[in-house]
Amino acid sequence: MQDEQRHILGLLVENQPGVLSRVAGLFSGRGFNIESLCVAETNEPGVSRITLVTKANEAILEQIKKQVNKLVNVIKVIDLSNVPAVKREMVLIKVKAKPEHRAEILRIVDIFRCKVVDVSSEHYTVEVTGDQDKIAALLDLFRPMGIWEIARTGINALSREKK
Amino acid sequence: MNLNGSQIFWKILKEEGVDTVFGYPGGAVIDLYDELARTKGIEHILVRHEQGAVHAADGYARVSGKTGVCLVTSGPGATNTVTGIASAYCDSVPLVVFTGQVPTTLIGNDAFQEVDIVGITRPCTKHNYLVGDINDFARILKEAFYLASSGRPGPVLVDIPKNVMQATVNFKTPPKKTTMRSYNPTYEPNVKQLKKVVKALVEAKRPLIFAGGGVVLSKGSDELTRLARRLSIPVTTSLMGLGSFPGTDPLSLGMLGMHGTYRANMSTAACDVMLGVGVRFDDRVTGKTDTFASQAKIIHIDIDPTSIRKNVPVWLPVVGDCAITLKKLNELLDAEDLSGVAERRRAWLDQVEEWRKANRLAYDQKDVIKPQYVVQRLYELTKGEAIITTEVGQNQMWAAQYYLFDRPNRFVTSGGLGCMGFGLPAAIGAQMAAPGELVVDIAGDSSIQMNSQELATAVQYNLPVKVVILNNGYLGMVRQWQELFYDRRYSETRMSHAPDFVKLAEAYGAMGLRADKPEQVDETLEKAMAHNGPVIMDFRVEAEESVYPMVPAGAPITEMLLV
Ligand SMILES: Cc1cc2nc3c(=O)[nH]c(=O)nc-3n(C[C@H](O)[C@H](O)[C@H](O)COP(=O)(O)OP(=O)(O)OC[C@H]3O[C@@H](n4cnc5c(N)ncnc54)[C@H](O)[C@@H]3O)c2cc1C
Ligand SMILES: Cc1ncc(C[n+]2csc(CCOP(=O)(O)OP(=O)(O)O)c2C)c(N)n1
Repeated sequence: MQDEQRHILGLLVENQPGVLSRVAGLFSGRGFNIESLCVAETNEPGVSRITLVTKANEAILEQIKKQVNKLVNVIKVIDLSNVPAVKREMVLIKVKAKPEHRAEILRIVDIFRCKVVDVSSEHYTVEVTGDQDKIAALLDLFRPMGIWEIARTGINALSREKK
Repeated sequence: MNLNGSQIFWKILKEEGVDTVFGYPGGAVIDLYDELARTKGIEHILVRHEQGAVHAADGYARVSGKTGVCLVTSGPGATNTVTGIASAYCDSVPLVVFTGQVPTTLIGNDAFQEVDIVGITRPCTKHNYLVGDINDFARILKEAFYLASSGRPGPVLVDIPKNVMQATVNFKTPPKKTTMRSYNPTYEPNVKQLKKVVKALVEAKRPLIFAGGGVVLSKGSDELTRLARRLSIPVTTSLMGLGSFPGTDPLSLGMLGMHGTYRANMSTAACDVMLGVGVRFDDRVTGKTDTFASQAKIIHIDIDPTSIRKNVPVWLPVVGDCAITLKKLNELLDAEDLSGVAERRRAWLDQVEEWRKANRLAYDQKDVIKPQYVVQRLYELTKGEAIITTEVGQNQMWAAQYYLFDRPNRFVTSGGLGCMGFGLPAAIGAQMAAPGELVVDIAGDSSIQMNSQELATAVQYNLPVKVVILNNGYLGMVRQWQELFYDRRYSETRMSHAPDFVKLAEAYGAMGLRADKPEQVDETLEKAMAHNGPVIMDFRVEAEESVYPMVPAGAPITEMLLV
């Protein structure tokens, strides 16, 4: 589709059974796209936050925001693409660690300020948090050594404003 | 006060003003039915199929303006409601559907007659609930009624596990007024926007009002009529908007769209300002969207922001309730000098009159009964005073074209889902809502077979609904498409084995009548209307008659196929 752009939406929702499937079902049923989805409770009892990344043109984005807002369990929808916001993702990377690569991997981990959270004789599991560029750069560096598996949380985001 | 779930259920329903329930019992709701037998002030209509219960509640809601209520059992009872719920969802009809469910302890175990009806109906309800805890029960019941009838109305489903009906709690009366932090429909329009609307309407040279189901739902017809008349603006309506503006008013253009009138579609293409009120610019209306009202600035009043700019670009959006918004517009107009307006519209109204005179709905009644003639005679003999329900297909379109409605809540049809089998149960519900009135289902010979079992319901409860079958021996509307766009290959559209409808009626204890010749049309209709009980009329009509005008799907709505 032309003019499609990535948008990050923050949804505050009632923490009711089925709320996630209402949101996910809305996207699949109406042919909207979801790139990633990240859900957990907030500091407010009974309220969860869903951070959702979608690709859409302006007209579709307007429908997405209105349709999501219309769900009875959704309290608020914030478009984090248009306001100053911090956007972070956490990734666990299982990278193959041959003896000749071990030092190199640790050096990269140090430079990228990430952490080794698990080790075996054959691999390291690295935990990295950051924006998409940083994660892409890190994955590029690890790729030649052999990435076994990765697990990504999807983007999590908060606006910089007070509320 | 200690109450069990079943007692709480009927108590809250009565508080919500419910006096009529359409339902069908089963194991999972036997407790609710047991309590019903001890409850006064609720009339239960035992339908013959749960789909019928939902369509009946739909017809009841649309004629009464109240929320329709259904009660069915778990599993197959629940799944049988889905088509009815989907139809009500598409047409924004306020319904609350209660389904029984297996006990909470068994949910997820593939228990007997367990289905995840909340999961199944999530995309076709406004909202739905599984009651997990007796302590939430009263609140959920109140919320269900509140959601169904407020904002943009719609069906709400409440799934009630059997052990919740049986559990006992110390019942505390919930607050009278329900509020929900995540749900606040916008009723009041933005006044700044309204001033722009007034200016545009007063200054327009070729204005057109396009009114829809939202005007009926918000009870905004009187305000709409006043607005249109004082500004001399012609009014076209969607299928769902028929009756929102008097069909016999000189300013009425009838329906627009795929089977809209010639004058309505021509006016749509030519207008310079279009005021859309409570409409959703459905594809049956717009045809090719790029060419729809392409000379017009579109103003759109709707309570649901998702309806606005979904299908067509809108110049001026107004989010608000139709009735409230139209009233405010009329108030603003009180301060305007409208003396020159009628004069300014003269050329436009003359043009519209030219299109009207083309009379593209004319037909030739010769030896074989024309379906249009049956509807027209029905209209004339009932003086336009009947409540009309329809099945789906050609019968529905002829009803929309040849029966004029001067009042809202008199035309009940499955518009958005277009579901065959709707008309007879909807007529039963309509008759429950309006006991003294004449209720007629305009039907096709195929559609009527989808829920003809409900004739037993009509007979049982002495509901004198009349069914006019326009019997063409075909799945007529599909046959029409095959004729026009598929080289007349009538693949599987011949309905060669229908029952003898007269005998069918009689088997159920109703009256059955047949008309084969044009001269029998009047006497058949008159005989049926004189009979105080349900009647099926089998009109043998011209088999290959088609509905015109017709705009091929996706074409500009001025590209009409005409007779
Ligand atoms: C065989 C067939 C052929 C058809 N052909 C045609 C045709 O030629 N022409 C045609 O018009 N239709 C046709 N239809 C019907 C069509 O599919 C749609 O159902 C219909 O056009 C929708 O009508 P509407 O726009 O008035 O919306 P509705 O479905 O009635 O929706 C109501 C709108 O009003 C809004 N609303 C609700 N309550 C309020 C309120 N209180 N205040 C403000 N707004 C409110 C809602 O948000 C919604 O946007 C056909 C259907 C069938 C089955
Ligand atoms: C439940 C359902 N199944 C199929 C259709 C598709 N369909 C639309 S109109 C139509 C033909 C209806 O035939 P009939 O009831 O005889 O009415 P007619 O068009 O001949 O007036 C069909 C099959 C539908 N709308 N609903």
